[in-house]
Amino acid sequence: MAEPATTTSRLVLDADQIQRTCARMAHQVLEANRGAEGLVVLGIPTRGVPLAERLARAMADVEGVDIPVGALDITLYRDDLRRHPTRAVGRSRLPVGVDDAVVVLVDDVLFSGRTVRAALDALGDLGRPRAVRLAVLVDRGHRELPIRADHVGKNLPTRADERVSVRLEETDGVNEVTISPGWDGAGSELSTPDEEGTR
Amino acid sequence: MRHLLSAADLSLAETSAILDLAEEMAQVQARPVKKLPALRGRTVVNLFFEDSTRTRSSFELAGKWLSADVINVSAKGSSVSKGESLRDTVLTVAAMGVDALVIRHGASGAPGQAAQWVDAHVLNAGDGTHEHPTQALLDAFTLRRHFRTTEPDLDTFAGKRVVIAGDVTHSRVARSNVLLLQTLGADVTLVAPPTLMPSGVETWPVTTSSDFDAVLPEADAVMMLRVQRERMSGGYFPTPREYTVGYGLTRARLASMRPGSAICHPGPMNRGLEISADAADAASSLILDQVAAGVAVRMSVLYQLLGGEDAPATPRGDL
Repeated sequence: MAEPATTTSRLVLDADQIQRTCARMAHQVLEANRGAEGLVVLGIPTRGVPLAERLARAMADVEGVDIPVGALDITLYRDDLRRHPTRAVGRSRLPVGVDDAVVVLVDDVLFSGRTVRAALDALGDLGRPRAVRLAVLVDRGHRELPIRADHVGKNLPTRADERVSVRLEETDGVNEVTISPGWDGAGSELSTPDEEGTR
Repeated sequence: MRHLLSAADLSLAETSAILDLAEEMAQVQARPVKKLPALRGRTVVNLFFEDSTRTRSSFELAGKWLSADVINVSAKGSSVSKGESLRDTVLTVAAMGVDALVIRHGASGAPGQAAQWVDAHVLNAGDGTHEHPTQALLDAFTLRRHFRTTEPDLDTFAGKRVVIAGDVTHSRVARSNVLLLQTLGADVTLVAPPTLMPSGVETWPVTTSSDFDAVLPEADAVMMLRVQRERMSGGYFPTPREYTVGYGLTRARLASMRPGSAICHPGPMNRGLEISADAADAASSLILDQVAAGVAVRMSVLYQLLGGEDAPATPRGDL
């Protein structure tokens, strides 16, 4: 599935930059929360999960305490289920209850905002967090809902038909963020909006 | 997957996908808010021409927990009791624009027939003595969970020995289980008195026996079947007492089972006939786990059928 950066795609973040970005975001989250007290980090599959684990690890290194980290699959909460073939449902994994916790949702790319809306719905069914914060590696704009991220690794202005691809060691064997034109250079149709940062 | 009419329709990959998703759905059962929005706006009709408690209520809960609108139609109290034909009933319900029909009928093949009349998805919830595929799926789900307590990564049932005992002739549960367990790779042995062993069983992918005591100690799981007196027109066995002595899961037989071997029963049970109270309530009994699994498995199946693209839900036939 992962394609290497081609002549038509441009490298936005390399492995070192991704690592530094994660470390910076970890500090930002801890500063906003005034420490690690009550934090639960939940990644949105697929690539939000390894990012959440990296973020939690980086925060644990700073604070010297374990930070609960898990996965929140939002497939069953999507509002476009009827417009695509049946989607495979991923696995949700909650390390602890979310009641009264400060949940940090982590995703790779923030685009239309619909994935985050689904994640908020899913969280609401699991409990009542004290607060929910959103951390994304890349914010590429083009929001369709009034949603913004609290912590952004990189703001990346894009055209709507461009494709932002986040590839991580854990899922793709390589750490990089690239941007490339749509499939035919004139707009693209993808089955996994947000995840690959385009649609 | 368009319809679910027979356990034979399911490949190993599809079966595993349904069981894996059912694990996720089972988590919903444990939540304070038992609701997912996945099937919002979809309509599911439970069309039950035969009485049922657990299957109908678990399909109803499964649909509701996925946010579908669920309507229950039973033969009693509907136009069926006025003599309306199956075709007219199915077409009438489908004409209202439903997305899925869950059909239980006393005639084997009725849901398969209905699937040819309508564009809605059709689920077989038990047809005559033919099949009950979601029961086989929930049995497989329950057994997989049980086996995984010792083998966490277990996915197929290769090498597992499952004994299905009792009234095989009249059992749609047995038929679906044989098909699904074969897909999963289990070795299945059917045990029944010769009068309750179906004709043509030699073509099934199973071994057969009439000696329960000989095969029971080797089993990793035993599925007891209900003696379906309502489907029996003649004397299939001399007396209930003799049936129990030969084929009941008695206290003595319970003691002869391999440690860790599981007991299943699709319910409702005839306690004292095919299963003793000791066996039904034993620590190795998974009977209530099966009931709980029913909702999760049916949620999984409904999502697999209805969770994707819109399908036109108009009747094909003329009213």
